[in-house]
Amino acid sequence: MEKIETIINKFPFFRGMDKAHLEKIAQVAAPVTLAPGKIICEDGQKADKFYLLMNGRVVVELYSPERGDLLIQTLNTGDILGWSWLVPPYQWRFNARVLAKTHAIVFNGERLRTLFGKNRELGYELQKRFLMIIAARLESASIQLMDLYGIPAGDKNK
Amino acid sequence: MTILPELMAPSLYRVHETRAETKDTFTLELEPVDEGAGRFSFAAGQFNMLYAYGVGEVPISLSGDPEEANGRPIHTIRQVGAVTQALCRLKPDGMLGLRGPFGTGWPVDEAVGRDVVVMAGGIGLAPLRPALYQLMRWRDRYKKIILIYGARSPEDIVFGRELAAWAKGKGIEVTVTVDRASAKWKGNVGLVTTFLAAADFDSAKATVMVCGPEIMMRFAIKEFQKRGVAERNLFLSMERNMKCAIGFCGHCQYGPSFICKDGPVFRYDRIKDLFWKREI
Repeated sequence: MEKIETIINKFPFFRGMDKAHLEKIAQVAAPVTLAPGKIICEDGQKADKFYLLMNGRVVVELYSPERGDLLIQTLNTGDILGWSWLVPPYQWRFNARVLAKTHAIVFNGERLRTLFGKNRELGYELQKRFLMIIAARLESASIQLMDLYGIPAGDKNK
Repeated sequence: MTILPELMAPSLYRVHETRAETKDTFTLELEPVDEGAGRFSFAAGQFNMLYAYGVGEVPISLSGDPEEANGRPIHTIRQVGAVTQALCRLKPDGMLGLRGPFGTGWPVDEAVGRDVVVMAGGIGLAPLRPALYQLMRWRDRYKKIILIYGARSPEDIVFGRELAAWAKGKGIEVTVTVDRASAKWKGNVGLVTTFLAAADFDSAKATVMVCGPEIMMRFAIKEFQKRGVAERNLFLSMERNMKCAIGFCGHCQYGPSFICKDGPVFRYDRIKDLFWKREI
């Protein structure tokens, strides 16, 4: 079987990372298969891991007692699930559920945080990459809230 | 300058068939009342002015196949105001006026031999559908064809059955996403532009066609530029308040251009200085 550091290096999130850093990250990682319907995490639970999706589809959602599950975003091949492990109080902020059978690599976030204490460069590199993801998701969420496809005021004359 | 009278006066057309695409969007297939009228020809990306008698006239993109044998003009109309509502309420044999076609088309011929990436948002898929028909009809002339389509919700997806059929056959990669959905939805959820990162195409040899809300097109432009697509290979369909459709009234003036006759399809490098301005 291919080494984990070789596998993850093929995906955009890890591409270009220093070989020594990849090896350190691989030591706290393991492949996992997630069946459709599986609840990967729930809002408020302890967040101590993140996932790299190698294939399949996972949905990030929130539950509303009045409206049921509200789907926020789907994640597909190459996407990262989970940044709450990086941000105190290290609790998941959303629910995640598997929509289609997914092969992933799961990373132990708690062990990584400990590693960052000894290896600041690794910490910097990973946090820099996660910051890009968080920024992109925040931008997407803001635009989704804008209701892009609503009727512009000027069109009501048409 | 000579203006052909037929461009200023509508011709009488009747509704041959209507189809509800979503709760507020309808497709109308039209035929001329004058049986001696020639085949209606148009280029993918062009539009007609449709006149609901007694109500008003609006520009609506042609959404059918330019090479369809029966030559009936097809339009997909979203009900947003009085005129579009009147048009959407027409039943078979209902009458309307038609002037056109007007405007510039998508660069379907220029894209031969290249990857083609089509990004559409909401009703923006309608003006792109004629180009997609042509790309699929002449499939061998193109390299990869990728369609990324975003809608507000699963209920707002237009041409849903066709999208599913295209995804299954026809040699075109189709990604559909929505901004919001209930738990019943098993497809993608997320901003349409976020799916560009996973699209596999040669940025240096790709022709890109984008149509949708202008803010969506702005984000799309940024993402395509990040991928390395050159400005001269990016094409957008712009929309402004078009009235005469022949460059006279000035309502659709866009800097030195008129959307009605210099557009609606523009090459991005030719409008980039205006595109990001709040007001011009």
